[in-house]
Amino acid sequence: MKILVCISNVPDTTTKIKFAEGNTLIDTTGIQWVINPWDELSLTRALELKDDAASGIKSVTVLHVGTATSEPTIRKALAIGADDAIRVNAESSDSWFVAFQIAEVVKKEQFDIIMCGIESSDYNGSVVGGMISEFLGIPSVSAVSGIRIENGQPVMTREIDGGKEVVTVPVPFVAIVQKGIAKEPRIAAMRGIMMARSKPVKLVEPVAVEPLTEIVVFEKPTPRAACKYIDADNPAQLIDLLQNEAKVI
Amino acid sequence: MSILVYTENWDGKFKKLSFELVSYATGIAEMLNTTVTAVSIGKVDENELRKLGNFGANKIISINNDQLIALDSQSYTSVISEITQKEGAEVIIISNNNTGKALAPRLSVRLKAGIGSGVSRLPLNLNPFTVYKKVFSGNGYAHVVLKSDVKIITLAQNSFDLVETLNNTVIENVELTIDGSSLKTAVKDVQKQTGKILLTDAEIVVSGGRGMKSPDNWGPIEELAGLLGAATACSRPVSDEGWRPIGEHTGQTGKVIAPNLYIAVGISGAIQHLAGISGSKCIVAINTDKDAPIFEAADYGIVGDAFKVLPKLIEAVKEMKS
Repeated sequence: MKILVCISNVPDTTTKIKFAEGNTLIDTTGIQWVINPWDELSLTRALELKDDAASGIKSVTVLHVGTATSEPTIRKALAIGADDAIRVNAESSDSWFVAFQIAEVVKKEQFDIIMCGIESSDYNGSVVGGMISEFLGIPSVSAVSGIRIENGQPVMTREIDGGKEVVTVPVPFVAIVQKGIAKEPRIAAMRGIMMARSKPVKLVEPVAVEPLTEIVVFEKPTPRAACKYIDADNPAQLIDLLQNEAKVI
Repeated sequence: MSILVYTENWDGKFKKLSFELVSYATGIAEMLNTTVTAVSIGKVDENELRKLGNFGANKIISINNDQLIALDSQSYTSVISEITQKEGAEVIIISNNNTGKALAPRLSVRLKAGIGSGVSRLPLNLNPFTVYKKVFSGNGYAHVVLKSDVKIITLAQNSFDLVETLNNTVIENVELTIDGSSLKTAVKDVQKQTGKILLTDAEIVVSGGRGMKSPDNWGPIEELAGLLGAATACSRPVSDEGWRPIGEHTGQTGKVIAPNLYIAVGISGAIQHLAGISGSKCIVAINTDKDAPIFEAADYGIVGDAFKVLPKLIEAVKEMKS
């Protein structure tokens, strides 16, 4: 079986985001770009599965839709352990566009398990994985917090209200992955970094498709009012404020 | 033309988010001068269904089919998209929770409908149709134009107040025949707790961090939560250490919540944690470190030792209740 892990290139999650050009663009000055955290966990789990010979996972490919500026993120994924990479050479305009491009690649190359993070930490869309599966007409399982291979069959744990379900769907399918899939993201070792340089990155040109959405302007959140401090010896005052001032209890 | 709402129930009772979704849809219906149709899948009795009418639903389509007990994203998508087409719905409203995230993108492709996800306000503009959504995990907001004929909005939980609008409601029970071979999701096992307050549905959340020092010290957090009718949550290090279940992890990569009151005990407030709670209406921080970033996000703060503050706080709540 072959796994495809879709990766997004996002600002490091500790970045203080600033907007530019009349709040129509992200100010990229000084931004450290990283693999989207959920995609990094997906990649880690995919590699763990491949490490286990009994799983029958033969290869792990990463796919990214973006321009040459995201090469370092792709190389990082290869250094962590992906076998090869595909980059669709396009500026991603919206989730519809990105999902369409990924689906086009999957139609040409065979993958059994397509893993996507449940959201990207930049636009918080949470839609690309589901869209890919519908473009391809294949099953999708969302909120996947665990995946293992049992007798050649992928078995997933997904989060439901107040609990968990263990589910299977036939391959090929899209697993939309959330927290819990892997404990810690795998870190690239020196050997991996050296090897990544010679691993293949296939360049694919995009297929023309019109985006369905457009961001017209950004806004900064309104700052919260200053914190009101209460004496540690008198928490009763807090209860009074929550009851009569904030009116939340 | 109408606004379609996909509602969700838990053991036959509508989740609070369903009433939020219907309130929100009624708001859009007023802007567009149209009606609201709510869809309910599952075993929900008539009394419960009628409650949707209190928030403005004009029509309720109830589907009770044994084959739709487990969420199968493809068959649910087929059911909802068929209803959308039959009703001539122009806008679909769905929660931005796990179920919404499973269904909205598939519906988007099926209906060629642009999605605004994690929306927290009524549309800013109808022409062009512009929604207001969170980006960068709460470090910004974006005005997004949806250019398609059919539009999908996934509503951030707890972001829209319930608005009572009494409408004459018609309930339509729809019988469906589902081809069993189209169901691809096989459920092998379910572990479900009932009777507990859902973290994402809770109006009050009491959350503990590494400052609680050990999993054995959660007693006061649970006691306070019990007294306030709150759900319990935790920070990432706590769930990573296995002190608390993963489902309690609140933050950027965990659950994103927006309760009316969030009480953070022994949580320093890393930016990733704040991303998961910044939508809360009121934040209380209890921490020994007066410079902890959680105090910048908090409305009320107590600088002090949680093990001394919590018992007094619990006493104060008991007194308030008596």
